Amino acid sequence: MAKSNKPIFWSLFAAGGTVTAFVTPALVLLLLFASLGLVPSLFTYEHLHDFAHHWLGKLIIFGVILVSLWHAAHRLRVTLHDFGVRADTVVAYAVYGIAGLGTLMTLVYLLRI
Amino acid sequence: MSCKPYIRETSKTTWYLEHPRYKRYMAREVTCIFILIFTFELVCALGAVANGPEAYAAFLAKLHSPLSILFNLVALVVTVYHSVTWFNVTPQAMPVQIGEEFVPGQYIVGAHYGVWAVVSLVVLILGVW
Amino acid sequence: MSERQIELEVLRYDPEKDSAPRFQTYSVPCLNEWVVLDALNYVKENLDTTLSYRWSCHMAVCGSCGMMINGEPKLACKAFIHEYSDKIRVEPLAHFPIERDLVTVIEDFIGKLSSVKPYLIPKDDKPISAGEFKQTPAELIKFKQYTLCINCMLCYAACPQYGLVPEFVGPAAIALAHRYNQDSRDGGRDARQEVVASNEGVWECSFVGACSEVCPKHVDPAGALQQVKVASTIDWYKEHLMPWVKK
Repeated sequence: MAKSNKPIFWSLFAAGGTVTAFVTPALVLLLLFASLGLVPSLFTYEHLHDFAHHWLGKLIIFGVILVSLWHAAHRLRVTLHDFGVRADTVVAYAVYGIAGLGTLMTLVYLLRI
Repeated sequence: MSCKPYIRETSKTTWYLEHPRYKRYMAREVTCIFILIFTFELVCALGAVANGPEAYAAFLAKLHSPLSILFNLVALVVTVYHSVTWFNVTPQAMPVQIGEEFVPGQYIVGAHYGVWAVVSLVVLILGVW
Repeated sequence: MSERQIELEVLRYDPEKDSAPRFQTYSVPCLNEWVVLDALNYVKENLDTTLSYRWSCHMAVCGSCGMMINGEPKLACKAFIHEYSDKIRVEPLAHFPIERDLVTVIEDFIGKLSSVKPYLIPKDDKPISAGEFKQTPAELIKFKQYTLCINCMLCYAACPQYGLVPEFVGPAAIALAHRYNQDSRDGGRDARQEVVASNEGVWECSFVGACSEVCPKHVDPAGALQQVKVASTIDWYKEHLMPWVKK
């Protein structure tokens, strides 16, 4: 039996699971307020722009989004299998493709700010 | 050996309905769908900032819709469920041994909850500052 | 002593006559302190001598009497009648082929168990004259919990991934591989990783946690498998990013 290459994806899944467990509920709460029309100061244009303009802000945003996307993508791959979707290779390309696209978009947006 | 052992088939699509612990597991797993969509919400916010103040105002206007309010409300509950289920199993995945004993699991879980509370508070304070 | 009439619904299968298993109900006068195994023994001795099931020690040590009791993997010798209502459903362990009645075909598990080399492979072998291999309490505690496994296969019956992907090496076998990997006297981890770190090994696990919930000896195979994932991931990065580092 050959050793698996799953550790690449699993390490991102585990890192993302931990990061999202710590920060995502608070971030969702902030966006919930924003969606209700009570825009928290971080989500005003000026503050978000300033935050994403600073190199440390860029690093934090990129780190959080990267591991969140790859966490969700890997778990979705497993979950689709659990729901009976057996085309694992196709599913893997699709979910990791979505995560890769999101990562690329984040990178491009951050470089433009 | 018997002449013909009987093999019971497991349903590939509905097996998780057979036991409450499987349903809890699936509830934990589908949290990823909400985390995925929410993260793309953040990516969109970032894209709007990159495109200037007008684009960002348009993003906020889109965010201020009943569907988005509903999504963020549900996502709040779901992501809290993700956090709780994630932290509760940390002692199994990462046991801590000090000398001749393992640190009791509830201390490890408790420490995670503590850090979670502090991190959430910091994010919220920075967010509304 | 209080006695209670229990309707025992037992899944029967005779490979020579039946094309599919069927339930047969026995009415058993059970004493309150009985376990389900006692009820089955009563059936065998008084009602139906053709009923087949495995058992031996009657004290949760031998691991032979695992079966589904009201849909839950249990040792029949540890399932107390007083914890159940007047109707108890007994089936062979889930995910295993049925050989006859409550007897399952377990060759798959036995094969997987031996594939992970669940025995000490000494790191540095020495002659008997050189004395014993010493171990500190701190070294012992790292694996002691896993030595309690009695190979009863309840974890395989609880694991949905084993049910869905029969190639999965599974909870008990990987937990036992972990037990020997964690042993300070052992040097066989590399040999075990060939099976354990494959796709059909630990990576088929999605941490449902059911194995640990049903384990009658509180072994926590789920925890062992997550620790194996962490260690295998560290291996992978070492092998691919730092190939010059020799283990």
